[in-house]
Amino acid sequence: MSPEHKYSHWKKNLWAGILFGLGFVAFIDETIFHQLLHWHKFYDRSTTSIGLISDGLFHAFSWFATVGGLYLVADLMRRHVFWHKMFWGGKLLGGGGFQLYDGIIQHKLMRIHQIRYHVDILPYDLIWNITAVIMIIAGLLLIRSAKKESRRTSGGETLAS
Amino acid sequence: MHHEQPFLPAVLQILVMLFAISGAVGYLILTLRTNRVKRLRRWPAWRFILWLSGTVMVSLVFAGPFAEAAHYDFRLHMAGHLLLGMLAPLLIALSAPVTLLLRALPVLAARRVTNVLRHPIAQFYRNPVTASVLNIGGLWLLYATPLFQLMHQHLWLYLLVHLHVFAAGYLFTISMIYIDPAPHPCSHLFRTVVFIFTLAAHGILSKYIYAKPLTGFPADEVREGAMLMYYGGDLVDLVIIILLFRSWYRSTAPRHSYQKIESS
Repeated sequence: MSPEHKYSHWKKNLWAGILFGLGFVAFIDETIFHQLLHWHKFYDRSTTSIGLISDGLFHAFSWFATVGGLYLVADLMRRHVFWHKMFWGGKLLGGGGFQLYDGIIQHKLMRIHQIRYHVDILPYDLIWNITAVIMIIAGLLLIRSAKKESRRTSGGETLAS
Repeated sequence: MHHEQPFLPAVLQILVMLFAISGAVGYLILTLRTNRVKRLRRWPAWRFILWLSGTVMVSLVFAGPFAEAAHYDFRLHMAGHLLLGMLAPLLIALSAPVTLLLRALPVLAARRVTNVLRHPIAQFYRNPVTASVLNIGGLWLLYATPLFQLMHQHLWLYLLVHLHVFAAGYLFTISMIYIDPAPHPCSHLFRTVVFIFTLAAHGILSKYIYAKPLTGFPADEVREGAMLMYYGGDLVDLVIIILLFRSWYRSTAPRHSYQKIESS
């Protein structure tokens, strides 16, 4: 299979990564912070009603994103067009994007729950959100580098998907 | 809410058991009879197991000690609803009862059945939006209005609500995954979008129940039931999500590929 072939599927690789990354971070959030550490609460009295809706939608969407992202990977693999770099770029972008939304909008503005209770929350919030920003930047850099690579190989324009 | 007399009359419990047994026997007879026909493929035995487990779950919710206890304990009530409205419908849908029926019926009768399935009314009910509204809308009505209290006072209402929970759960399952013949199928994308909102509404309702525990039951018990609803619902729906995407994956298999030949 020629290397150019995967470049024509760059969008699908990117989306597979974004979806899987989002689902993966949501899964980590649920298993580690809710179930294992018991830091996050199932429900916090201060939750706004918009927070309840946002939490419900994102929680539901994360299952679809995880399963859908993995089926997209399976589809790319059977076509021999899976592109690790683009996928990882998307994964970091999707995962970081969701973590930042969760850390700023859902925890702070909608107050669905805090990262941990009965502690000074500031360091937790800082680590949470800075990690998210680092993931987003790393993801964007990877995507840019992957795109450059495809432009070099296919001589100018990326192929339409 | 404790009474000396059992809430569910014995006659009703016997009726439910008879219904479940005749269902199991009927499914078995159809399987054995159609397996004798040479031109038909063998009907897999695991489908019967699925049918049997589904019907056993439904009868447990209506009859026996579990059904009686669920009337007084909210956690058991919720466990019963997960079985009745989610797991049993999924297992029964996977047992492909309509396909089995069509296999067994003579051509003319089978055609009549498919005509019913193709009817605009059937199409309306099979639409993912209708099925979701009946399914989750019904649950919101049950838990966010006095209907829940009333249901525990009137037997007929109790039965009606539980029948609705099963019927709507089954309708929702077959609107999302097509095991039996599905005339006028909806696209995978449309089903996915509707499904996301339905699962979200289910999760939101669980947290709503957690936040505002129902009267008549201890608050802690209701909260535990709400969490059971949240995570149990996720678990069953995850299976449906996987089946939905698996069907997408198969439908978009590249033509003239070696993988397709290998996997078939």
